[in-house]
Amino acid sequence: MKKSEVPQDNGRVFEKGSRELYYAVDENGEYTTALSTGWDAKNVVQDHTMQELQERIDRARADVRDNKVSPIVYFMELRRMDWQLVSDYTGIWKWRVKRHSKPAVFRRLNERVLAKYADTFEITVDQLKNYRGD
Amino acid sequence: MQLDFEHRITAHCENGVASNLLKNRGLQISEPMVFGIGSGLFYVYLPFLKVNHAPGLSYRPAPGWIFNRLAKRLGLKIKRQKFSDKRKAQQVLDQNLKDNIPCGLQVGVYHLPYFPEDYRFHFNAHNLVVYGKENGQYLISDPTMEVVHRLTESELEKVRFAKGVLAPKGHIYYPIHIPEHIDWEGAIVKAIRKTCSDMLAPVPIIGVRGMRMVSRAIRRWPKKVGVKKANYYLAQMVRMQEEIGTGGGGFRYIYSAFLQEAGHKINNAALIALSKEMTTIGDLWRDFAVDASRVYKKRSNQDDVYNKLADALLRLADLEEQFFKKLKKSV
Repeated sequence: MKKSEVPQDNGRVFEKGSRELYYAVDENGEYTTALSTGWDAKNVVQDHTMQELQERIDRARADVRDNKVSPIVYFMELRRMDWQLVSDYTGIWKWRVKRHSKPAVFRRLNERVLAKYADTFEITVDQLKNYRGD
Repeated sequence: MQLDFEHRITAHCENGVASNLLKNRGLQISEPMVFGIGSGLFYVYLPFLKVNHAPGLSYRPAPGWIFNRLAKRLGLKIKRQKFSDKRKAQQVLDQNLKDNIPCGLQVGVYHLPYFPEDYRFHFNAHNLVVYGKENGQYLISDPTMEVVHRLTESELEKVRFAKGVLAPKGHIYYPIHIPEHIDWEGAIVKAIRKTCSDMLAPVPIIGVRGMRMVSRAIRRWPKKVGVKKANYYLAQMVRMQEEIGTGGGGFRYIYSAFLQEAGHKINNAALIALSKEMTTIGDLWRDFAVDASRVYKKRSNQDDVYNKLADALLRLADLEEQFFKKLKKSV
């Protein structure tokens, strides 16, 4: 890539006040560096990924509302986590986390266990307990 | 307290931390030299490992390897520590800062407040330098950022003790010894041979063979997992490939810059010529990303798009196979 071809298609990093460094060749064929504000190809896949994640979050929200899953699933998706990651952060075995995703089991959880989840999701126990998917 | 440390933006975090820390200790070494001598160019496909709900793919060796290989080849010594106790981890960092030692840290990016929302995933192999502490805030030189940042004690603790795959466990590292004399030629030759043998490895998931395996997988995706999931997999692949300088085109350009610099340093004209060839291959990796991004714009003919992308990747594998065979002979 030539230095003059380094893309300047304002992307997410740039929106947050930074640019990215590229290695590119100058007119004499020597390698040099240039800053880029972003690249369309990346913006497109990035946007697509965000859309998919939002769909997962929306689905989890609807499932909580329909009483199919507990709020743990919603906050797991919201924080971009999966079962293993929730298990790693809470210190609760994965099969137990999965069990806690059933609304009936979730309702019987004590404060101590709820606090572990709330901590992991960076919310209060009340916010976790009272989330109804609306 | 602010240590004498110059922040420089680089294309990739681990190279950047290594290069910035070494420059700070008086060893003038560019990012491409770190990347090249650390044998940073790599390719591995891990279909059984799901990352962000998509098959795992890595364009670099495991975190820490680049700096470790660089150290071994140049005769540097690096001190590395991991912690189970968060308080101890902070004490060691604070003590090092008092002793005038800027420190490299491995961190998770999800909780980094200065990262754009779109980049905040549970990815734990990011690297940055702490070069001071003022009013309870750490001074952060993140080599993927244009300017320096600050993190509170609790913010830094959170990213140092992120959980999940490759959890950093407070990992801290810094060079403690730089030899008087460095055998650059020996280091460059060894490093290039290593990269060639990695990329030509007789293992189906590594190097050019890995690319061919991914190419076969791409062809099957739309039928096997459905178009929606296939599109998502592809998006993850391109993100891994071109995000913040890592992976496909970005890494090829850094490697080309390395071959050019190395060629001048050890007077090897073949390396300079091969640098040009690698640049062309880098351009093709970027074309691949552009073609992949078209999938999200026009919805028709999905199968055909996937076949075309698979063909493009096969071509890249062929070109790189020829390239690394030539490179191997030139040193």
